[in-house]
Amino acid sequence: MINLSELTIIKAHEHLKNGDFSAVDLAQSYLDEIKNKNGDIHAYLEIFSDVIDQAKEADRKIKEAKSKNSTSSGSCEFSTLLGIPFAIKDNILIKGRIASSASKILENYHATYDATVIEKLKKEGVVFLGRTNMDEFAMGGSTENSAFGVTKNPYDTSRVAGGSSGGSAAALAMNGALAALGSDTGGSIRQPASFCGLVGLKTTYGRVSRSGAMAMGSSLDQIGPFGKTVTDTEIIYNAIKGQDILDSTTISDTTYSPKRAGAKKPVIGIPRHFLTGDGIAKDVLNNFNDSIDKFKKLGYEIKDITLPNISYSLAAYYVIMPAEVSSNLSRFDGVKYGLHKDGKDGIDDYFETRGAGFGKEARRRILLGTYVLSSGYYDAYYNRANAVRRIITEDFLNAFENVDVILTPTTPAPAFKIGEKTADPVAMYLEDIFTVTANLTGMPAMSIPSGFSEIGGKKLPLGLQMTARHGDEEVLFEVGKEFEKLL
Amino acid sequence: MITVKEIEKLAQLARIKLGDDEKKNLTKEIDSILAYVDQIKKATVDVDYTPVPGAVYNVFRSDVARTVPAEDREALLNEAPDMEGEFIAVKKIIAQE
Repeated sequence: MINLSELTIIKAHEHLKNGDFSAVDLAQSYLDEIKNKNGDIHAYLEIFSDVIDQAKEADRKIKEAKSKNSTSSGSCEFSTLLGIPFAIKDNILIKGRIASSASKILENYHATYDATVIEKLKKEGVVFLGRTNMDEFAMGGSTENSAFGVTKNPYDTSRVAGGSSGGSAAALAMNGALAALGSDTGGSIRQPASFCGLVGLKTTYGRVSRSGAMAMGSSLDQIGPFGKTVTDTEIIYNAIKGQDILDSTTISDTTYSPKRAGAKKPVIGIPRHFLTGDGIAKDVLNNFNDSIDKFKKLGYEIKDITLPNISYSLAAYYVIMPAEVSSNLSRFDGVKYGLHKDGKDGIDDYFETRGAGFGKEARRRILLGTYVLSSGYYDAYYNRANAVRRIITEDFLNAFENVDVILTPTTPAPAFKIGEKTADPVAMYLEDIFTVTANLTGMPAMSIPSGFSEIGGKKLPLGLQMTARHGDEEVLFEVGKEFEKLL
Repeated sequence: MITVKEIEKLAQLARIKLGDDEKKNLTKEIDSILAYVDQIKKATVDVDYTPVPGAVYNVFRSDVARTVPAEDREALLNEAPDMEGEFIAVKKIIAQE
């Protein structure tokens, strides 16, 4: 028996190296655990039928690596990710497999090519376990907008796992995978990571190629990793990042040259003025203050900072994002691929197909986006929101003159009850209050576990969000690893 | 306040069929969202309105046709809801008078 709850990528790699177990043993252990838990948690929409074949191929490569360099010291070298079982969000294409974005409009769509991140992971030799549940087209913060049912939080099954990458987070948290990919447009990796006690990273805009990821808000979207530890997250990050000719928004290693403010240790900034609202749970605030004390003990300098326009972030985001959604989702027309519903003529086919294929939240955001982009409202909403986005970015750039990491809680409260916020879209949107800024500014941000809130006898994970200047993911890993040791 | 008629106009533009109940609900929902996002009007903005893509810039490639491998072509066509021979079939868009 492999103890999956204790396992990390690093540990699994050592075991594979030492021959304590094979990639097939590892994959089988995860398949068994998924069989036990997925019926209740519903993290996966599909478990791939060829998992063991993939693992056999990994074992073959491990054997090959061992025979090649076993002559010298008995040790051998191969990719840290070789044979590591991954869960993949359902909006990332794997050639030949269904990728539905948890939408009826793509229920039977088979990807015709690999996303760049998948191509990279295939080269590392990872094992793909399955595709994970999500809010339809990544629109939501709870996976309740999935066309195929909600994902439950493994820590308390009456609560959501977060979203939109809730399936990926739950898969990892229930020990149904050792690593996972998600996508983050306004917090869709960081918020579920926080709710499920995991590390989740939204990279600098352009750091990871989005070729083969279904677009939601193209000026905001990033693919990123979930890990059980900061080191695991960093390993996945290093495997998937990089400039890509297939995504012209990707950046090179020299696009940004981040300069640290702290001479010895990174300096931490706290936007205190943004943490006073009554929308923040007491436990979250207490835990946040405890975390600051931990950083002080670790010898970090803590500075109060002001981000004068940060309170407009969510409002600007909920103009820009639906505008981009309405444009990106116009490609689903029932002609080239996906669902087709017959109407009375060609144009009526569109109305029928899109009316039946898109879920409620997708329809709502498409209409909202159409509204803010329509003549008469364009200047007041879309242009205005872009200007606000600009001044918020300036605020952050100014703050990063004096600090290296900005700390906030990841979410205003721990995981909420299933159904609690479905009737009120604005209440649901407020979940993103701390996370959307990183998408608006394009800066990297990572959520790391910071403790628990005990509600009704259940321990619910809390998360700490660290934001860094453009191109400085390294500082997040550095600070995150130190913090993690104190937990 | 957004009206049912305006919702219908948006649905028309977005090519989405909506039920009557949903139209009514959407007026309330979109009103509440607009009331929230309206606060961006309070921000003091003295910068250019045009989006500035930061360090991200246009990347061009030559405008030349690429040959798609036969198997990729077949995989792409296999996803089409309706085919006629090796073509994707769509309804006639020109009215016959």
